[in-house]
Amino acid sequence: MEFPKSPYRTHGGAPVPHHKGTAHSASVVMPVPMQVTLPMQQHIGAPCIPTVKKGDHVYLGQIIGDSEAYVSAPVHASVSGTVAEIKEVMLTGGQMTQAVVIDSDGKMEVDPEIHPPKAIHTKEELASAARAAGLVGLGGAGFPAHVKLNVPEGKNIDTLIVNVAECEPYVTSDHREALENGKNVLDGIYKVKEILDVHRVLIAIEDNKPDVIEKLKEIADNPEMDPEDEVRVLPLRSRYPQGAEKVLVQACTGRKVPPGKLPADVGCLVMNIASISFLASYMRTGMPLTLKRVTIDGSAVRNPQNVIVPIGTKIADIIEFCGGYQSEPQKLLMGGPMMGVAITSDQLPILKQNNAILAFDEKEAALMEPTACIRCGNCVKACPMNLMPTRLEKAVEKKDLEALTQYHVTTCMECGCCAFSCPAGRRLVQAIRLGKSYLKRAAAKKA
Amino acid sequence: MEKLIVSSSPHFHGKKTTQSIMLDVIIGLSPAMIASVVIFGFRAAVVILTCVASCVLSEYLCRRVMKRPQTVGDLSCVVTGVLLALNLPVTIHPLIAAFGSVVAIVVVKQMFGGIGQNFVNPALTARIVLMNSFPARMTHWTAAFDYSATADAVTTATPLASFAANADGTYVPDYLEMFLGAHGGCLGETCALAILLGGIYLIARRVISPVIPLTYLGTVAVLSLLLGRDPLFDLLAGGLMLGAFFMATDYTTSPLYFWGRVVFAVGCGILTIIIREFGSLPEGVSYSIVLMNILTPLIERWIRPRAFGLEKQKRKGELEG
Repeated sequence: MEFPKSPYRTHGGAPVPHHKGTAHSASVVMPVPMQVTLPMQQHIGAPCIPTVKKGDHVYLGQIIGDSEAYVSAPVHASVSGTVAEIKEVMLTGGQMTQAVVIDSDGKMEVDPEIHPPKAIHTKEELASAARAAGLVGLGGAGFPAHVKLNVPEGKNIDTLIVNVAECEPYVTSDHREALENGKNVLDGIYKVKEILDVHRVLIAIEDNKPDVIEKLKEIADNPEMDPEDEVRVLPLRSRYPQGAEKVLVQACTGRKVPPGKLPADVGCLVMNIASISFLASYMRTGMPLTLKRVTIDGSAVRNPQNVIVPIGTKIADIIEFCGGYQSEPQKLLMGGPMMGVAITSDQLPILKQNNAILAFDEKEAALMEPTACIRCGNCVKACPMNLMPTRLEKAVEKKDLEALTQYHVTTCMECGCCAFSCPAGRRLVQAIRLGKSYLKRAAAKKA
Repeated sequence: MEKLIVSSSPHFHGKKTTQSIMLDVIIGLSPAMIASVVIFGFRAAVVILTCVASCVLSEYLCRRVMKRPQTVGDLSCVVTGVLLALNLPVTIHPLIAAFGSVVAIVVVKQMFGGIGQNFVNPALTARIVLMNSFPARMTHWTAAFDYSATADAVTTATPLASFAANADGTYVPDYLEMFLGAHGGCLGETCALAILLGGIYLIARRVISPVIPLTYLGTVAVLSLLLGRDPLFDLLAGGLMLGAFFMATDYTTSPLYFWGRVVFAVGCGILTIIIREFGSLPEGVSYSIVLMNILTPLIERWIRPRAFGLEKQKRKGELEG
């Protein structure tokens, strides 16, 4: 198979600032928190049901919530200790879910049941290992990894793309993963590649991370590890949103994933670097997903840095660990500034798929007052999906469902390039989300 | 930590605002403004100031009367004022200039809902209204550097008028003079050099895309050649340069999408040449742009970007890799 020498052209995007200030300091492991809260829904799909009850003793890595459903991922205890309670918590999207609260005993006693999994040879074994490990897409979406890995028959995967683009401003957790765990990453890549019988692996990295490119190249180009030279680093143009799945597939292979389809439909499997690195450690140790590296940054944080924390740690505790707030935070984000979710409180726990917590001071949180659209066309130029955001916004205002369908509102991935580029400060992404919900509601009514 | 702002992503915003864009356009127009004062004297500055002041005042009063949020701050009315002034002869009576400004802002812009809502270019439409209301005064040209510039001043012909009057081909244009703007005409249209400087500034600042100006000028040049006219003359004469860089690129009244813009600009070019060659008017830039403005919604209906992944598959075998 041919390897691209340079990335393929992609459309649109926006010149967002990078703010990667935390990229050059090593990740710090946070001391064991007093308490963790583990929501039963940390993935796309069916929520888990708690398998422990109040007062139970739990070991680190023990399953505390699971589901029969296929599209779901089990939740493991991220500390050892006692179950303090099982309560309802509100997730960032406003939906309620059960959560297991564990009081830590500080010992981090590992579940004696945990041992390295048997050697994995087939796709099915890999998928079930990913499920047992509780792995979800760590890049932010939280899609259960076993569903993605279990590529349906008839879909021939010829390219594995490892996503190290990390195009969101501020976020550097993947950057640190690559630098601190590079060997592990490559280990994971070789395993997945062998099991899935893929002969082209592209490690896609935005070219604003020359240290990562150098480091991973060094390992990937080593003929001892990769005699057939089937794993290569592909530096990408540093233009947001290179790391968005469809854009990434296009940049790496020139193929376009049609609306409503998956990368597997064009022969690609995209995995986040943290996910693949985790798979490698899991195969070695059998330790499920209980730790997460998160970037703590933003104008209101005193000591921005990458912190490795047990999943379920309260955000307030992590910020406290990073020296607390240096000014009154006005906005708290789970994820990056372009696609992250603004949350209502720092009492929420870190979830599996979180890669950053950002706290903005008053100046950084200030929103631009929207004025009339001047039809400059910047949103059309910026849209990586080649849509007309301003046209969609008008259709939403009129509740014109026909126009929403005609202008492909569902193709929008909410990357935010349009709203970022809009000189009138129109809330284009917000309008588009509303438009999508109109269509969903109309479809539900019809059914 | 009592109140946290919760808003939809994205949480970052670019630096461009409507105001910064309009400011850039004003900066882009300043070479042409300076050139007009150099070529036509102090009176040119008076015309520009009259138009800007009356545009700003009309916008301010209009928004107040309509009880709408004030929009003077976005500077779009200043741009309209400057553009209108640059489309007037220097001898124009200030009252006529002010009347044109009121037409542009009140009738064309605010009555249709203000910025972003007008369906034709306000400055151009105002110019057309004035052309039809005061045809003699609107075509009363003075020679360059004739600073006396009263309504009684000796009139001169614009290059286009001379060209039209000497259809036998006896008129020989002086290209350098036309490029530098040392001839009769509207304030801002004579000096191609100044317009080019401003246009390049706007393109470099990514305020306008070069698609419309280049396609427009290219279409005019090609058609001019095909019809046996003088392409260089056609490019430099009349309001074409000003129109191509500053009027046809008006956001509100031109298509949003690349290929729509191409069609729009080709249309402008065809109409301009048709009017120049076959029309009874010597000049057709205003009319061609306004006509294409009106067609813009239709062009947008017809030509849309194809959503990602829905493009026609050019190479079908590609997926098999």
